[in-house]
Amino acid sequence: MLGRVPVLVGLAAVIAVLPLVLTNNFLLNVAIIAGFNAVVCVGLNLLIGYAGQISLGHAAFFGLGAYVSAVLVGTHGWPPLPALLAGAAFVGVLAFAVAKPILRLKGHYLAMATLGIGIIISIVLRTETDITGGPDGMVVVPFEVFGIEVAGESMWYWVVGALLLLAVWLSLNLIESPAGRAMRALHGSEVAAETLGVDTTGYKVMVFVLSAVLASVMGSLFAHYLGFITPSAGDFFKSIELVTMVVFGGMASTLGAVVGAVILTVLPQFLTAFQDYQHMVLGAILMFTMVFMPRGLLPTLEGLITARRRA
Amino acid sequence: MANRLFTSLMAAGALALGLAAGAAQAADPIRIGSFLSVTGPASFLGEPEKKVLELYVDRINKAGGVDGRPIRLTVYDDGGDAAKAAGFAKRLIDSDKVDVIVGGTTTAATMAAVPLVERAEVPFISLAGAVVIVEPVKPWVFKTPHTDRMAAEKVMADMTKRGLSRLALLSEDSGFGKSGRAETLKVAKDMGITVVADETYGAKDTDVTPQLTKIRSNKEAQAVLVFGLGQGPAMVTKNYRQLAIELPIYQSHGVASMEFIRLAGGAAENVRLPAAGLVVADQLPDSDPQKRVVAEFSKLYIDHIGGEPSTFAGHAYDGLMLAVEAIRRAGGTDRARVRDEIEKTKGYIGTGGVVNMSPTDHMGLGLDAFHMVEIKQGTWKLVD
Amino acid sequence: MFAEFLQYLLSGITIGAIYALAGLGFSIIYNASHVINFAQGEFIMIGGMSAATLTAAGVPLPLAMLFGLAAAMLGGVLIAKFTIERARNASVVTLIIITIGASIFLRGLAEVVWGKEFHRLAAFSGDDPIAVMGAAVLPQSLWVLGVALVLIAATGFFFNRTLAGKAMLATSHNRLAAQLVGINVRGVVLVAFALSAALGAVGGAVVAPITFSYTEMGIMLGLKGFTAAVLGGLGNGAGAVVGGLLVGIAEALGAGYISSAYKDAIAFVIILLVLMFLPNGLFGKRGTERV
Repeated sequence: MLGRVPVLVGLAAVIAVLPLVLTNNFLLNVAIIAGFNAVVCVGLNLLIGYAGQISLGHAAFFGLGAYVSAVLVGTHGWPPLPALLAGAAFVGVLAFAVAKPILRLKGHYLAMATLGIGIIISIVLRTETDITGGPDGMVVVPFEVFGIEVAGESMWYWVVGALLLLAVWLSLNLIESPAGRAMRALHGSEVAAETLGVDTTGYKVMVFVLSAVLASVMGSLFAHYLGFITPSAGDFFKSIELVTMVVFGGMASTLGAVVGAVILTVLPQFLTAFQDYQHMVLGAILMFTMVFMPRGLLPTLEGLITARRRA
Repeated sequence: MANRLFTSLMAAGALALGLAAGAAQAADPIRIGSFLSVTGPASFLGEPEKKVLELYVDRINKAGGVDGRPIRLTVYDDGGDAAKAAGFAKRLIDSDKVDVIVGGTTTAATMAAVPLVERAEVPFISLAGAVVIVEPVKPWVFKTPHTDRMAAEKVMADMTKRGLSRLALLSEDSGFGKSGRAETLKVAKDMGITVVADETYGAKDTDVTPQLTKIRSNKEAQAVLVFGLGQGPAMVTKNYRQLAIELPIYQSHGVASMEFIRLAGGAAENVRLPAAGLVVADQLPDSDPQKRVVAEFSKLYIDHIGGEPSTFAGHAYDGLMLAVEAIRRAGGTDRARVRDEIEKTKGYIGTGGVVNMSPTDHMGLGLDAFHMVEIKQGTWKLVD
Repeated sequence: MFAEFLQYLLSGITIGAIYALAGLGFSIIYNASHVINFAQGEFIMIGGMSAATLTAAGVPLPLAMLFGLAAAMLGGVLIAKFTIERARNASVVTLIIITIGASIFLRGLAEVVWGKEFHRLAAFSGDDPIAVMGAAVLPQSLWVLGVALVLIAATGFFFNRTLAGKAMLATSHNRLAAQLVGINVRGVVLVAFALSAALGAVGGAVVAPITFSYTEMGIMLGLKGFTAAVLGGLGNGAGAVVGGLLVGIAEALGAGYISSAYKDAIAFVIILLVLMFLPNGLFGKRGTERV
């Protein structure tokens, strides 16, 4: 395990240096999308990696946040920031309401339940055409706060970069807090944690709501950044993509979630070069990484390095 | 240690990105970009569009290019998702630095890209159907296919001729279907047709029998109009026959492809739809100005791509030719001049008809080149 | 009125039969390996695509179906052999990602082999609907129902009447004990994948004339199959079959009387309600978590 400070400093350095090589807007755009995914994955990793709760419907919260912003700003003329907060509050309440009955479930039943919630929400987004514009989505105006418009790739890059640092910092602190220790206990053994007097349900609910709200906030910003939103931002495939990023990068590793998000965002962009084989390659990479590195990329590499150093 | 590893990982990633960017520099070709729905529910529109663009760019380049400059074509597949289309439009503008965009298979994909091309001031010729693309006129946006409004007019004129006045409408929840529904309701009012049922279906639905069961129990309906594109309408047509509904069925020009007949099979018999002359090229009278162009295009398509050309293949051809001719007239790829030249297009004879653009008309097609066809024995039959 | 109801009911039972087959596939694999195989829908796709493309190329239908069956079974066995077997002790999430990876891979392979367009398969015995009390029944629906019935009965026979089947059941109850009495538990996992793939592939071939074949056809069918399996209680084969039929019927009635746009949501609403009130499914055994 790395200390908090080197991780944060390293990440900040990478974020600061990266624009030197990202020489055009398209590359910046890829980096920004990777950043969006990374923040959501840091939140999701708290849930999957530390609280040990799988969620196959997380993108729905991302999509909901995006749509609440898009609709409140676009249709009802709200300023973007209050709309974003309203979205976060709405998603938070929703997540809280479903968390209790759902988090009682275990393993595959929990997977089924979160998948179901995700699909239902994405169907609502797709079907309520009068509000959401249906499967073809809706246009979203640029983000503006205190009279400053966030526009253009380079400005968004720094905003998303700062948010990523913030999310990683939050996550690392949470993991090291007493609550975080309790969370790690949960993943190990819930029954054991309970007998030690840890309020497991309370923590699980808290982490679930926290990661949902984080996804919602990023969804809102994503809608403004892209300027256009379709229900695919919150559908089953997006959920799977997010879980995959977390597990691929390394469960229970904040940095792993970031690395997973970055690699799996960048990779498909360059797989477009051999379009026809894109899905095959992606599927094969997923399968075999998980078979040979079941703990995920970063923890496995860390393990290898530690082992070599000892040897 | 792991920290260093992370840094070098990121550096390696950044390096790869940089290399990819560097490779994009080259001589001085004309850059034409495109995003098409090669996969997804609109794939039978997007796939031939892609092949036609590739075929003709290749031919133009072999013949020496445009004013000695080769064309470099970049095509992305948006999979029928508007947000992806917007992403690719961005990539075409920012990364590939295209001079002109010919693409946008679906109305939604087109409309998602419109704000971007307007802001970046890149000429954009869309291949999608809905009237919203060119109405109101957007300075940088043009389109090649006939509009949904024209389709609705054509269908209702045909209904009136057959003495039918009560229509059941079944429209798709796609951008094209929604715009088509709105236009149909408007046109119906003007033409004295009553819309007695107004159902919708999803582009990816695999079962439309519930909606059709409702239409079947509607005793008022005299004809059914399906407004959608791609495989959805084929599903509807199949279910329609399966429920043994006897009413005449109309489709829009969103299905004018042999692929539709192939998918719907025998169920496609007697379906009527408005379509560009291309699909009935051999049945057009010799006096038709389009006859020669269309016959030539069909022959090339059949020889080099195979299968019967669809009107969508034609839209892509028209889009490319409009762009190339405008670049030729503009004497280069200056975006503003190319835009002006596209707008000045007069008397271009394409697969969709004779195109006469103007500052107030960024499509330039009249109703005369739009034909009512009926599917008979698995092929198109010109009705009028 | 009644004709309308009957029409919905019939289309619900037809699609429900396919969900039942998929659900049964989930159950068999779950029993043998405690894995939820998200590639189950891809077996359906392979069956449907093989039948459609090969018959279009002139291969007789039974042969085309047989090929699809073989291809799907091979795919299933390879997945089991090279991924599931090696990742035996991985966490639930990891196993889910592996099977999702497998499903993306199979879909990608299918795109390369068959292309991304839609394919049509002619109905086995014509398209002329049979009128039953005002409702139109497709001959293909009868094929779907008949084939599903035969497959379900055969699966039941296999598990209850044959030695191999009983060995598989025993393994699902107690893996270690099964190993001790000499059952090849690794073999059991392979057989389970092959069997599930076979059920999926045949289901895909008979349903293809109704839905069209395309590389993404298996996604929703697979998820609904998962719903059916959970509804019936994971690992309960008969429960999965009943669950599949219930989901299919509820969906069709919901589409007809409530909203066709929300058709796909109905299955998931049902499953959420069931999970909240009956966490082990309709027919699941109550169990405690292994600590």
